[in-house]
Amino acid sequence: MAQEQKQPKKSSETEEAVETAPETDVNERKEALDSDVDDILDEIDDVLETNAEDFVKSFIQKGGQ
Amino acid sequence: MSVRRVMGTEVEYGISVAGQPQANPMVASSQVVNAYASSTLKARRARWDFEEESPLRDARGFDMSRQVADPSQLTDEDLGLANVILTNGARLYVDHAHPEFSCPEVTNPLDAVRWDKAGEQVMLDASRAAARLPGNPQIHLYKNNTDNKGVSYGAHENYLMRRSTAFADIVKHLTPFFVSRQVFAGAGRVGIGQERPKHGFQISQRADFFEVEVGLETTLKRPIINTRDEPHADPEKYRRLHVILGDANLAEVSTYLKVGSTSLVLAMIEDGYITRDLSVDGPVSSLRAVSHDPTLKTLITLKDGRKLTAVQLQMEYLDLAKKFVEERYGSDADYQTKDVLERWESVLDRLERDPMECAKELDWVAKYKLLLGYRDRDGLEWDDPKLHLIDLQYADIRPEKGLYHRLVRAGRIERLLTDDLVEKAMHEPPTDTRAYFRGRCLEKYSENVAAASWDSVIFDLPGRESLQRVPTIDPLRGTKKHVGGLLDASDTAQDLFERLTGGS
Repeated sequence: MAQEQKQPKKSSETEEAVETAPETDVNERKEALDSDVDDILDEIDDVLETNAEDFVKSFIQKGGQ
Repeated sequence: MSVRRVMGTEVEYGISVAGQPQANPMVASSQVVNAYASSTLKARRARWDFEEESPLRDARGFDMSRQVADPSQLTDEDLGLANVILTNGARLYVDHAHPEFSCPEVTNPLDAVRWDKAGEQVMLDASRAAARLPGNPQIHLYKNNTDNKGVSYGAHENYLMRRSTAFADIVKHLTPFFVSRQVFAGAGRVGIGQERPKHGFQISQRADFFEVEVGLETTLKRPIINTRDEPHADPEKYRRLHVILGDANLAEVSTYLKVGSTSLVLAMIEDGYITRDLSVDGPVSSLRAVSHDPTLKTLITLKDGRKLTAVQLQMEYLDLAKKFVEERYGSDADYQTKDVLERWESVLDRLERDPMECAKELDWVAKYKLLLGYRDRDGLEWDDPKLHLIDLQYADIRPEKGLYHRLVRAGRIERLLTDDLVEKAMHEPPTDTRAYFRGRCLEKYSENVAAASWDSVIFDLPGRESLQRVPTIDPLRGTKKHVGGLLDASDTAQDLFERLTGGS
């Protein structure tokens, strides 16, 4: 089966790299990631249609193929 | 034997008129198409030639009677809805209640992406042109597949195949591939089910609208494998596989992998290379179950009793495709075939590890990441209108409003093409199919082209009473190589016709 064949290939290398990384680095990376996501959310806040509920309700289509 | 074959996409766009939810979508769609035609076409507008259309021909070898067909299936009747043929060889028209862009025929996945993206730009220009009509209707277009109120509309793919391949083999080997392909080809959707959807996120826009395994219909009882047999080519040699279950993708990598991997699987089926039986137990319910689980852990039961995730099932196909290309070509495989295989493998590996690693390439992951960000930051539940709005607005084709476009501009989604290449494809045809002949004729002799279609260009020539039909039945003739010189040398349609027919 595909999965069982694949598992051994992804040997210890990648896993060790993650394990040996100090925990603070991981936390910092997560924070950087979060602020990265927040940046784009802020940008998107500015372009979102103003009344979400009305907009979603009035998006009515006729069937197609 | 590779990712190369004659192919193309056709996309029906969602349409809304700002401030007028009750606006007639057929009228709005016609306004969009007609406004584009008026703003771009130089002379007369060529009609669509319906002579070779046969939407009720079934690939299993029979015709459905017109009396029992649903009226929506009679796509070969000219209802007077707007319909134009563009200089890039594409067809821009109103299909049912949506504007549709049918790409010109291309020969490879990257060109399929290129003219599919050109279609988005044509639609954008069309809606802007419509806004200049009397009354200034603000018509907005969405490259998506559902309104989340029970309605779906399509994004189809077409692949030219050898007629000699048994249709039963196509059904058998393609169905498991289609059940699982959504892991990279899905566009993502907020809502689960058809009418009055339940709350939640799923991978595919279309999955919940598929009800049977094989069939001719496209608007009701939608089948995973569609049997419409309308080759638009020599029916003795070819069939056109009409694929209706895909989502409309905005992400270039999603479209590229979707058509590239499908084309490779078709090559293997044509070659009789797939001997493994990967048949799925209950394909329709599996299609939905896979779509409903963005963690990608759901197990699909194969008929041989094995249980695999959709990603693992895709890996079975990838594994076969790698061996197939290696055996047939070795290192001589063309660039796109190698590139599709590499990207397909890379995406599957990362999807298995953590789907979020594909947020820069795949529509559903990009959309999901955005939605999760909003849920986290604002504490929103899946029933929140804001999350539904984000789903819709992701597909808004306006660069200033569309969230896909915002993500691209923020460098958060990878591109395969440049704006320049897409812009050119709005007006220029591919050079290596009959679309070249069609497009160039419309560009150079528009005043003398009375009608055209995939398999013909019909001229109205001075001094001739009847119209002159030039058949283009072979998709690989009429290329730049074949007729480029002829078109360059012919100043008038009359010249061209005389050269084509050898005088008279």
